[in-house]
Amino acid sequence: MDYNLMREFADSWGLVAMALFFVGATAFALRPGSRKLADEAARIPLEDE
Amino acid sequence: MKFGTQIFVLSLFTFAALVAAGFGVDQPFRQHMWVLFFVLLGFVAILIRNTNFEVAAPIDPSAYMDGPIRYGAIATMFWGVVGMLVGVVIALQLAYPDLNIQPWFNFGRLRPLHTSGVVFAFGGNALLCTSLYVVQRTCRARLFGGDLAWFVFWGYQLFIVMAATGYLLGITESREYAEPEWYVDIWLTIVWVAYLILFLGTIFKRKEPHIYVANWFYLSFIVTIAMLHVINNLSMPASFLGSKSYSAFSGVQDALTQWWYGHNAVGFFLTAGFLGMMYYFVPKQANRPVYSYRLSIIHFWAIIFLYIWAGPHHLHYTALPDWAQTLGMVFSIMLWMPSWGGMINGLMTLSGAWDKLRTDPIIRMMVMAIAFYGMSTFEGPMMSIKTVNSLSHYTDWTIGHVHSGALGWVGMISFGAIYFMVPKLWNRERLYSLRLVTWHFWLATLGIVVYAAVMWVSGVMQGLMWREYDEQGFLVYSFAETVAAMHPYYLMRAIGGAMYLSGALIMAWNIAMTILGYQREEEPMPGSVPALQPAE
Repeated sequence: MDYNLMREFADSWGLVAMALFFVGATAFALRPGSRKLADEAARIPLEDE
Repeated sequence: MKFGTQIFVLSLFTFAALVAAGFGVDQPFRQHMWVLFFVLLGFVAILIRNTNFEVAAPIDPSAYMDGPIRYGAIATMFWGVVGMLVGVVIALQLAYPDLNIQPWFNFGRLRPLHTSGVVFAFGGNALLCTSLYVVQRTCRARLFGGDLAWFVFWGYQLFIVMAATGYLLGITESREYAEPEWYVDIWLTIVWVAYLILFLGTIFKRKEPHIYVANWFYLSFIVTIAMLHVINNLSMPASFLGSKSYSAFSGVQDALTQWWYGHNAVGFFLTAGFLGMMYYFVPKQANRPVYSYRLSIIHFWAIIFLYIWAGPHHLHYTALPDWAQTLGMVFSIMLWMPSWGGMINGLMTLSGAWDKLRTDPIIRMMVMAIAFYGMSTFEGPMMSIKTVNSLSHYTDWTIGHVHSGALGWVGMISFGAIYFMVPKLWNRERLYSLRLVTWHFWLATLGIVVYAAVMWVSGVMQGLMWREYDEQGFLVYSFAETVAAMHPYYLMRAIGGAMYLSGALIMAWNIAMTILGYQREEEPMPGSVPALQPAE
């Protein structure tokens, strides 16, 4: 595996995979019904002590 | 026997240091090993004096382990004052070159002492102790691994001492923010892996099903720093008992590796880690949940995916390929989105509680930190634009930018977190004095403003003088003339730094008195609600 192969992979499939992961993570964070869970999670630090 | 294994293993290492001090191939290495020998010897002596043969009291597995966090809070304060003091000294050295005391205390050796002192010793200890505080309280679990937290704490202090004394002895890899030589790097790797195990182990045994977002940021900081540190420091020692090593990379690859490390040290040490701090301590101090938890998750992933590519903007107009420079610039500009998303999220956490800004100087400090996070992460991408960079690069403007981020964001959020934690860790009702926090706040804020504004003027002037041509195409100014023109600005910068340092000294006093259990009698903060009188 030489530099050119890695470089080609990085700016094609690597880039696509990372962009898709990011879009997926964002979509998952904003999915319908996540607001209630997020609000519960946001209260975790406040429910201690 | 208490400390039995520790005493045995440390004695072995002490002996090994003595042997290395005898057989080292170069003088700085031998001196450095003498330092190590005496540090370890002192440590063994303390352990032996504190050992006993009683059966240890059983540990309550449901209680949080706060011992290392208490030590970490004190260490943060101590190294903060030391690192900032060295900063004021080197600022004065730039203004008055006679202050360079050869060979140990010249600018070239003190400058890495200052940067490592504030970034790794002050910032690192702040991250270490707050991360262990936050992970236990948001996972509702005791730290994993028994005494592992103590190993991480003391191991990290040993790294700091070895790095700092190495610089003064003239031992350096000359890699910015990664100056320690190979043997100190190996030690840090061991400590860091232990830190990762400690943090991950605690997350694995959590009782809270969800992993709170602050822990995501802390974990990304720990994992990324491990990766950056190992790859940036790939090198071959010239001798097993010598202080010199050679990098595995050469030329432009070496430069890129170094700035891939250097910029992500900023991104994941000075940003991601301290964002973890923000996402826990701002909601705690304001007593309100974070403005948008979903935004915090998008903030996290955006930083993870964008930051790592921004390093090449440190190498504009160098031998680095043009496409790589442009890539670095584009990703730096895209960083505006997560930066401002995070800033808005932090600031809006106070929506509905803005009155606290008048009455609570700790909240004020945290808000100022978030404001500086927004400002310096606006300025940074702007400076990464190649045309702007052609003026700003290598000038004091860069120094001003770094300090608005480091003093404003990193410093202020750490101070806020320490002010919050210390009364809780020592079971005190409140801080020794809130009025002193106000003093600290204003000294620090004005100090940063003086520092950053002066460096803008000085940096732009310096950049313009460097590129000034006359009608025949000759440079108008010699380099020494630009240095002479900066003298008044160097003086003002030292004053700004001294103001910031004096704020930190006030904090150290306030924290020490809080730990000792004193409470200053003082008027309540103006605007705070007086206790209600019972009806007569």
